Amino acid sequence: MGGLDDLYQDLILDHYRRKRGEGSLDNPTVAVDQNNPLCGDEIHLELNIVDGTVTEIAHTGEGCSISQASMSMMSEALVGKSLEDALEVVEHFRMVMHGSEQGDEDRLGDAIALEGVAKYPVRVKCALLGWMAAKDAIQTYQREGEEVA
Amino acid sequence: MSTAAAPIDVTALRADFPILSRTVHGAPLVYLDSAATSQKPAAVLDAMDAYYRETNANVHRGVYELAAEATARYEAGRDAVARMVGAPRESVVLTKNASEAINLVAWAWGVRTLKPGDEILVTEMEHHSNIVPWQIVAGITGATVRFAPVTPGGELDMDAFAALLTERTRMVGVVHVSNVLGTINPVAEITRMAHEVGALVLVDGSQSVPHMPVDVPSIGCDFFAFTGHKMLGPTGIGVLVGRTAVLEAMEPFLGGGEMISNVTQQGSTWADLPWKFEAGTPPIAEAIGLGAAADYLMAVGLDAVRAHEVELTAHMLDALGQVEGITVFGPRDPAVRGGAVSFSLPDLHPHDIAQLVDQEGVCVRAGHHCAKPLMRVLGVGATARASTYLYNSAEEIDVFVRALGNARLALK
Repeated sequence: MGGLDDLYQDLILDHYRRKRGEGSLDNPTVAVDQNNPLCGDEIHLELNIVDGTVTEIAHTGEGCSISQASMSMMSEALVGKSLEDALEVVEHFRMVMHGSEQGDEDRLGDAIALEGVAKYPVRVKCALLGWMAAKDAIQTYQREGEEVA
Repeated sequence: MSTAAAPIDVTALRADFPILSRTVHGAPLVYLDSAATSQKPAAVLDAMDAYYRETNANVHRGVYELAAEATARYEAGRDAVARMVGAPRESVVLTKNASEAINLVAWAWGVRTLKPGDEILVTEMEHHSNIVPWQIVAGITGATVRFAPVTPGGELDMDAFAALLTERTRMVGVVHVSNVLGTINPVAEITRMAHEVGALVLVDGSQSVPHMPVDVPSIGCDFFAFTGHKMLGPTGIGVLVGRTAVLEAMEPFLGGGEMISNVTQQGSTWADLPWKFEAGTPPIAEAIGLGAAADYLMAVGLDAVRAHEVELTAHMLDALGQVEGITVFGPRDPAVRGGAVSFSLPDLHPHDIAQLVDQEGVCVRAGHHCAKPLMRVLGVGATARASTYLYNSAEEIDVFVRALGNARLALK
């Protein structure tokens, strides 16, 4: 693969092949759809939120290895976090993708492996897709509260 | 138009395209994305460079020699394009690109003409450029946009098209050659059918004019749009060929410099065709480059270009057909289709395909190809697409298919 080691390293491919959080929740607190206008990928993300904490994440949809692996990593990284912490981690990941912050493994978990994607501007959108969906879901919940449940 | 031109000698012809000698990631460039944009021969680059170096001046204004030379070269560009598509020069309007050419019709004709209850009939295989302008116009006028379906084999469903074509249809928008499926639509027959119900016809020729002989008057359509950069020309220039009587009856699209006959405080009158539709200083160097591109293609011969591409497409369909599990979209007979071949693999996303084959110097497109309604019909979010042109060889297709196999192994 030559110069693509950053993009296709083992940890990323592992999440791509065995996606964490793939599937649906019975009665999710909030659900959102997100699409990547560049490639046409469409994903569906569901969150369960209990007492201000993200307790479960599930996702379906199609995407490239980077977007699917990133989605899987996001599902692990945000579960158990308060809504505020989850939003903060999403923002940190976004800044890492834009090359503005050094990745913090404590906050990102396996998603630290995606740091090298920042070198491929076209693929940054792929990596961000699931995280932007999570942000959208949390903000939708915060805005509409119980109504979306 | 060319007749019985000599077959293309790819090795010799490639020397005309400076970019084709470069490498990508250490491998020779294999450019298979000409449906997105074509590469440019030195003749085009030199013509544009010479304009700026030798005769740069605004057109249709100055009386001095430089301005006269600039105007002559600009209008010669229009003449070359007119010759290439068999249209009278006054019917050839230069625009920014094919999208602007279609928007010109949508705004200058559609907004002023359409009423609630009127219908615009397009096909499911249109590029967004022949969908979105009509949706905008429909939103303003209360007209409705209808979609003629595509068969599972990737052709226009002519029975369904005939059923959707009614007295309410005021405009038919149809792509000549699909940028996703490669399908060549029977645009002359479609035009005849549409005219029977009194509808106008706009053909999007962005993927046909660069690749095969096209004689616009013999199609009979009212409008024919295409773009310069897919036919060896520069970006920033497109073409709208209109039927002269229809263009004459239309009001201008954009107002400004150059498109007027007279301007007073009370109002203005319009310049003659085609300048009525060319407001402001035009893309002069781009028109000159486009003219050089048209001259180049006519010298090679559009028949020869088409024959070469039929051979390449046969090879592409054959080689891809042997890839396990692959889905190839569009007609399988190279004689009835263009050279854009879209495909998908069950285990490899188009983005990953494009990224991985790029490591071996191969440029292919991944995405929805600005045809999201068609993607939905095909049941995919995106496809990968390899598209050929006159400068490609069968060996390059082999390099690409080998790279595809390597990509598959890498992500297995």
